[in-house]
Amino acid sequence: MTQQFYVSPEQLMKDRADFARKGIARGRSVVVISCADGIALVAENPSPSLHKIGEIYDKIAFAAVGKYNEFESLRQAGVRYADVRGYSYDREDVTARGLASVYAQSLGAVFTAEQKPFEVELAVAEVGHTQADDHLYRLTFDGSIADENGFVVMGGLAEQVAETVAGGWKDDLDLAGALRLAVKALATDKEVDALPGTAVEAAVLDRSPESGRGSRRAFRRLRAEEITQLLAGEA
Amino acid sequence: MQDPAAGHLATQATSSFTEHLQRSRPELLPFNQVLPAGQIPPVPHATTIVALSYPGGVLMAGDRRATMGNVIASRHIEKVFPADEYSVLGIAGTAGLALDITRLFQVELEHYEKIEGTLLSLDGKANRLGAMIRGNLPMAMQGLAVIPLFAGFDQAAGVGRLFSYDVTGGRYEELEHHSVGSGSVFARGALKKLWRPNLTEDGAVAVAVEALYDAADDDSATGGPDPVRQLWPVVYTVNRAGARRVPERELAAIAGSIVESRAVAGREA
Repeated sequence: MTQQFYVSPEQLMKDRADFARKGIARGRSVVVISCADGIALVAENPSPSLHKIGEIYDKIAFAAVGKYNEFESLRQAGVRYADVRGYSYDREDVTARGLASVYAQSLGAVFTAEQKPFEVELAVAEVGHTQADDHLYRLTFDGSIADENGFVVMGGLAEQVAETVAGGWKDDLDLAGALRLAVKALATDKEVDALPGTAVEAAVLDRSPESGRGSRRAFRRLRAEEITQLLAGEA
Repeated sequence: MQDPAAGHLATQATSSFTEHLQRSRPELLPFNQVLPAGQIPPVPHATTIVALSYPGGVLMAGDRRATMGNVIASRHIEKVFPADEYSVLGIAGTAGLALDITRLFQVELEHYEKIEGTLLSLDGKANRLGAMIRGNLPMAMQGLAVIPLFAGFDQAAGVGRLFSYDVTGGRYEELEHHSVGSGSVFARGALKKLWRPNLTEDGAVAVAVEALYDAADDDSATGGPDPVRQLWPVVYTVNRAGARRVPERELAAIAGSIVESRAVAGREA
């Protein structure tokens, strides 16, 4: 019988973390920014149908980087969690905090117990009536959870992208301003100044969807022409 | 090579909220109970719903009364709801179950939209509602029936369409107009005389309100316009732009003019 090699828990966890980090760093970045009109979610994504940004519930959206099949299964699980909770209690009882802690638990369990950790990083955003009521949670592959203020940046080159966003972020940015800042930041490592509208996936959580659109669902995906139009507007 | 674990996962994945509940939380479904033998105590019933088509869309209207035997259980109940952006449903029958099925149906459509990233087709929505009504068949056989009426805008075909159901979940497409509930016989008579092709949207709202007025005139379980409490029917229109609730003041004006014209005519029936 062959003897199993001993690997210390420290080493095991470090290897897993390195593995997951490498997978995430290969991907393109996602920026989530709280602004005066709501919360803008912006990703570099050339695919018009495989989304990195999705609706979870009335005021809650999801953004992810990493392996598509893994974060897509997490997104669907999030929609199921939110819909069951909203159906069995009430729609207002579904919160980003609850969802984020469920995600943190599943990610943590997968990180320690499964063959391979999830190579994903998630952001859960909930829009409030005022900017002070906005919630932005950032979740990493090992189940760590952080409550962020103002904006979240994830993915490859997250630090450089975050630096650009931090440099330009003000709390009174409007949607077009937030979108322009995010797109500029996402182009940090590129030769070009900004990405074209077609390479960008963007969505917004409107701050007051009831009065604006007569719907309690705040999530709105921006079409390519809308993105181009917003980006073209004078800064 | 098929990984058995992956295959298992694929069969678990569903875009249907109802199927998800059936597997994970069956106790939350409105119709998943086995009723013990015995008499069912009186429960509120919701009554007349009318729906009609007009060029470019469909419309649905419901009165505001719920009854429990010969008692008025509620004067404020709403029986017509938006199902999603492009469809509405109205309910007649056992009010409690009907409200829960409505809520489940709304979540079902929204859930599909979020999981799949696209809207269900109008036929798909109509079939899902039929499946829910069939799910309620054991309750219906105990006397707790729910009968919906479903209307929506078919974006592929560019027309408004109308569906009625029986207690077994059978789905029937209706043309021009339809009505369900205890006052429906009277409402249908009115619709037959008042509906005509090329109605405008405003004209269609007036026809629906008048049909409900006629139903309320002869059916004790249907409430008429109530100027004392300022209660008017609930009316939704669905067209290419989506579902819209007709505002109270428009309904007050329409109901007022119907009452007035009937008073002027001074006829008994």
